[in-house]
Amino acid sequence: MESVVFIFSLIDCCALIFLSVYFIITLSDLECDYINARSCCSKLNKWVVPEVIGHAVVTVLMLISLHWFIFLLNLPVATWNIYRYIMVPSGNMGVFDPTEIHNRGQLKSHMKEAMIKLGFHLLCFFMYLYSINQQSTS
Amino acid sequence: MAQPAGPPAGYPSHNGAGQQPYSNGPVANQLMHPSDGQGYSPSVPGSYSHQTPAKVPPHQSSGQYNYSGSQNVSQLNNYQGPGQTLNRPPVAPFSGSPVQQTGPVPQVLLPALQNSAAVSSAGSFPPGASPPVLSNWQYSQTPGSQPVGSQTSHLAHVTGTGSAQPPSSLSGNTNPPGNYQYAASPGGPPLQNSYMKPGSAPPPVTQPLTPLHPPSRPPLGPPPVGGPPLIRPSTLIAGPPNTQSLLNSAANREGDATSAASDGSVVQNSYDAIEGGGLMATPHPSPAPPNLKMNRSVGYSYPTLPPGYQNTSPPGAPGMQASALQYPDGSKHFHQPALGTNHLTAAMGGLSLQQEGLRPVNLLQERNILPTTLLKAPVPNLHEDIQKLNCNPELFRCTLTNIPQTQALLNKAKLPLGLLLHPFKDLSQLPVVTSSTIVRCRSCRTYINPFVSFLDQRRWKCNLCYRVNDVPEEFMYNPVTRVYGEPHKRPEVQNATIEFMAPSEYMLRPPQPPVYLFVFDVSHNAIETGYLNTVCQTLLDNLDLLPGNTRTKIGFITFDSTIHFYSLQEGLSQPQMLIVSDIEDVFIPMPENLLVNLNENKELIQDLLRTLPQMFTKSLETQSALGPALQAAFKLMSPTGGRISVFQTQLPSVGMGALKSREEPNQRATAKDIHLTPSTDFYKKLALDCSGQQVAVDLFLLSGQYSDLASLGCISRYSAGSVYYYQSYHHKHNPVQVEKLQKELKRYLTRKIGFEAVMRIRCTKGLSIHTFHGNFFVRSTDLLSLPNVNPDAGYAVQMSVEESLTDMQVVSFQSALLYTSSKGERRIRVHTMCLPVVTTLSDIYLGADVQAITGLLANMAVDRSVSATLSDARDALVNAVIDSLSAYRSSVLSIQQPGLMAPYSLRLFPLYVLALLKQKAFQTGTNTRLDERIFTMCQVKNQPLVYLMLMTHPSLYRVDNLTDEGALNINDRTIPQPPILQLSVEKLSRDGAYLMDAGSVMFLWIGKNCGQSFISQVLGVPNYGSVPQNMTHLPELETAESIRTIAFISWLREQRPFFPILYIVKDDSPLKSSFLQNMIEDRTESALSYYEFLLHIQQQVNK
Repeated sequence: MESVVFIFSLIDCCALIFLSVYFIITLSDLECDYINARSCCSKLNKWVVPEVIGHAVVTVLMLISLHWFIFLLNLPVATWNIYRYIMVPSGNMGVFDPTEIHNRGQLKSHMKEAMIKLGFHLLCFFMYLYSINQQSTS
Repeated sequence: MAQPAGPPAGYPSHNGAGQQPYSNGPVANQLMHPSDGQGYSPSVPGSYSHQTPAKVPPHQSSGQYNYSGSQNVSQLNNYQGPGQTLNRPPVAPFSGSPVQQTGPVPQVLLPALQNSAAVSSAGSFPPGASPPVLSNWQYSQTPGSQPVGSQTSHLAHVTGTGSAQPPSSLSGNTNPPGNYQYAASPGGPPLQNSYMKPGSAPPPVTQPLTPLHPPSRPPLGPPPVGGPPLIRPSTLIAGPPNTQSLLNSAANREGDATSAASDGSVVQNSYDAIEGGGLMATPHPSPAPPNLKMNRSVGYSYPTLPPGYQNTSPPGAPGMQASALQYPDGSKHFHQPALGTNHLTAAMGGLSLQQEGLRPVNLLQERNILPTTLLKAPVPNLHEDIQKLNCNPELFRCTLTNIPQTQALLNKAKLPLGLLLHPFKDLSQLPVVTSSTIVRCRSCRTYINPFVSFLDQRRWKCNLCYRVNDVPEEFMYNPVTRVYGEPHKRPEVQNATIEFMAPSEYMLRPPQPPVYLFVFDVSHNAIETGYLNTVCQTLLDNLDLLPGNTRTKIGFITFDSTIHFYSLQEGLSQPQMLIVSDIEDVFIPMPENLLVNLNENKELIQDLLRTLPQMFTKSLETQSALGPALQAAFKLMSPTGGRISVFQTQLPSVGMGALKSREEPNQRATAKDIHLTPSTDFYKKLALDCSGQQVAVDLFLLSGQYSDLASLGCISRYSAGSVYYYQSYHHKHNPVQVEKLQKELKRYLTRKIGFEAVMRIRCTKGLSIHTFHGNFFVRSTDLLSLPNVNPDAGYAVQMSVEESLTDMQVVSFQSALLYTSSKGERRIRVHTMCLPVVTTLSDIYLGADVQAITGLLANMAVDRSVSATLSDARDALVNAVIDSLSAYRSSVLSIQQPGLMAPYSLRLFPLYVLALLKQKAFQTGTNTRLDERIFTMCQVKNQPLVYLMLMTHPSLYRVDNLTDEGALNINDRTIPQPPILQLSVEKLSRDGAYLMDAGSVMFLWIGKNCGQSFISQVLGVPNYGSVPQNMTHLPELETAESIRTIAFISWLREQRPFFPILYIVKDDSPLKSSFLQNMIEDRTESALSYYEFLLHIQQQVNK
């Protein structure tokens, strides 16, 4: 049972890693002017909700399976994701707004955020992998 | 028009007054030929008055400068036939030399050499005469062949450049004056020739090394290299050794100014006079010598013409003219020593200067800090020759005219760094270049501009990315002078503002035709207000004046709860109305004939405009389907792009984009929880769709109740449109608004327009733009998408210093606006600005431009109030003052004095910030309606700086005692110049009459005991009691008082493209409160007075 939880988390984590990489690539495309802000933002906004859900699921799963450490590790990031999604002003077109993204260094902060998440997910990935090993050896 | 040499046929002058096309082709050259002499000097005195009739002081009025000679010279220019070949700039030894060699060249070499040696050995001053001398030496190989008296004799020449030259004189006597061009200061003592341009005094030894190409440009950047950077180059206070008194140096400067202004244009004169005349010492002169008035004229006098060419160029060399002044320095090799020398001068003169510019002002003690004339932009501390070429501050302005070298330094100064642009301003002169190749940097795509450096004839170095580029073959030929091999004299390199006719590479599709679509709200509410009559009538009157060509298309849509289209098919006897009632899924009822050619269907269109106001008089429909109507309009326009003008009178209530009222009058006071953000993203999305299809939407909101401008405004904001708001518009109850609408609509319909435009702002490597303000969509990092661009729109950007600017003396900024004109031409308008880099905090404060800072802060505060709260924004504004003043206090001031100290350049900063806090956009209190507040915010974002400043801090004049003293004289009109008064009720007297100029409106306040003569002679009524309540016009009476007053008011009006309405305010008028609200220095129920505000700041600063 334990291993099933971790295998699921591992797969989920992989998906999140891919998502982070996709965010980074798309944002850097925007930075380099390969795509315009409108299409960049509509691409990214599509994946904001899946990301929130994907991460929330792992977090909840860890809570249910009583892995407190991993749960607490995931909690801040999951909370941030949800907060960010909820706090979008009514007039904006999503977390990524094409009219704002070039202003006040938003592009950079989005980029930084995506990088940090990538690092975090990689960390989680190896943690899950290790946990699976632990499970299978024990 | 403005220029004697009007635009050749085929290039319709776009801006009204003449533009001058230059082209490479031989044909164009021939066209240009007659105007060669003038080609670059369109501002001949006579014509000048056309350009800026308003602000141009008469020649004499700048009287403190001696202009002797400039006139002569300009006339001489006319003589210069193309056939004359003596086109050797005194300092440009190698160009055009053949004639020289053949001609009898007077040799001044020996005396001059001696002189220069002497002077330089004296070690005090740049030996000005030497470069020309040297050049002679090189060329003629007959040193000393012709002894030229003493130096004084040349100096006596002074104005001689001009006056002494008979037109016929070819080479014989042209040289000496040319050589001593800069010495040409009237009455200057002999040594004045040493006032050569800095950079021009090479040690004789270096001479033989002179390269074989024409001279390069004067050194970019502040002249002192490695010297105390604070010093203004023009300071000559130290003067040449021994003999030069301050007076002399002043004279020297005059001479310089004169020479610079050599074409005889007043504009140039004023520009230079200001620059050279010690204005730098006091960037914000508070007393008002008459010539300071010229700041406007400076603005208009965009130096199409390289200033002062005539002194340098011997007559007969049209080609020279462009370059002469510009390259006075001789070849590049001469720079270094010269820089050094200038530096020396500067070092000596600079001390006092610096103190003047940085003089701390105790704001609590100095009561009268407001200058009595309009404040002008500070002049960047650049080499004069560079500064002459720099972009007009009305077009392009930076908050800090001295750019800090590092971000850390910028952070320390606590001042925002940013640019304010007015790129599409109507210009009276604009050089237009037609050329098949537009020379741009290969790596960063910067357009070639006056601040690039030519390494040699064939290569130029980009001033933004420092890449070395080749000069294309075609660029070697100068169409203005018709000389080959002078790429640095091309118009592109002589003008900081220039327009290119873009070849087909700059088109993604064939240029679009001008398309105008009008969308009218015809619900019951709208018909009630009666706006349709006014709009249709104004449109009817201006139908022929719409900018366009034979391809112009026009269409109309009306809507209430359904959408009505109008088929204007040819052959119909009257327009046919098509009603679409399915507003959930809007479709276009017929594919064509909804947008029709204006010229071919004019009668039908006029018919429609006449009948439209009557068609809905019985309508009882109260719903408004604005969203679907906009969608329909977008669908109709998307194949071509163009302009949609929407007239809306209420909150949209049905269909997509319906809104709910969010205004709660009781909560207005708290400044909290007020709805400044849009409630839906519908309008934003639609605006972005529009932007993608090159459609701009302009919104006219005429409404009595809350209409949620915060949401509706998005449609214009992101599609680069403009917003107009007429609160409580009603044709009967509010006649003043009707007139305002008429006037503004007329301007709106007839003003210039650019379609399918994009603008890119580039800056020198190391600087980066991080935030944009204005109405547009930022498509990629530095590309602004502007479906329409209009001359009344201003933009602002914030910048940061990403990499430190070490080893750079100057940085440059370039904005390039690519647009399709209403005539269907693709054009690129390029503005380039160059600013010096500094390393110390005191320099930053010295170069701070308080108006630009205020403008940028206002833009930032709008953003802040939308993204956070209004009170946050207000706090941020106050903190901006506190932080910068305390940084100044702790880092720059050496002696801690009591009181509130501010650098001279920022002395008006607290006042302007207080004005911002009291402005409708940011004020607290219950008397501002939400829509009004948001409209003001839109204006802050979208207005050019000049009007924003007038709106924030209006000018107050006393007009009941106008005199002709100090008046301007323009076109035989005498325009009185009353001083600007502080905005405080204490300045008002009951027995006076005061005019307040707030940009888009003017108030004439009549005191209760106002002199009888003013009331009867100017207002044309017998007594105070009979002044009508809603008076908005002054009668034109035959009295002197009336003529003066009207001249003054119309002069103020002429300076702006729109027509400010004049409200005559009595003590009991309803408008009195609007008038008194602008009394910024006074206390109001919810805001501090100026003095209290200063005390508050002092408390915070001294913490």
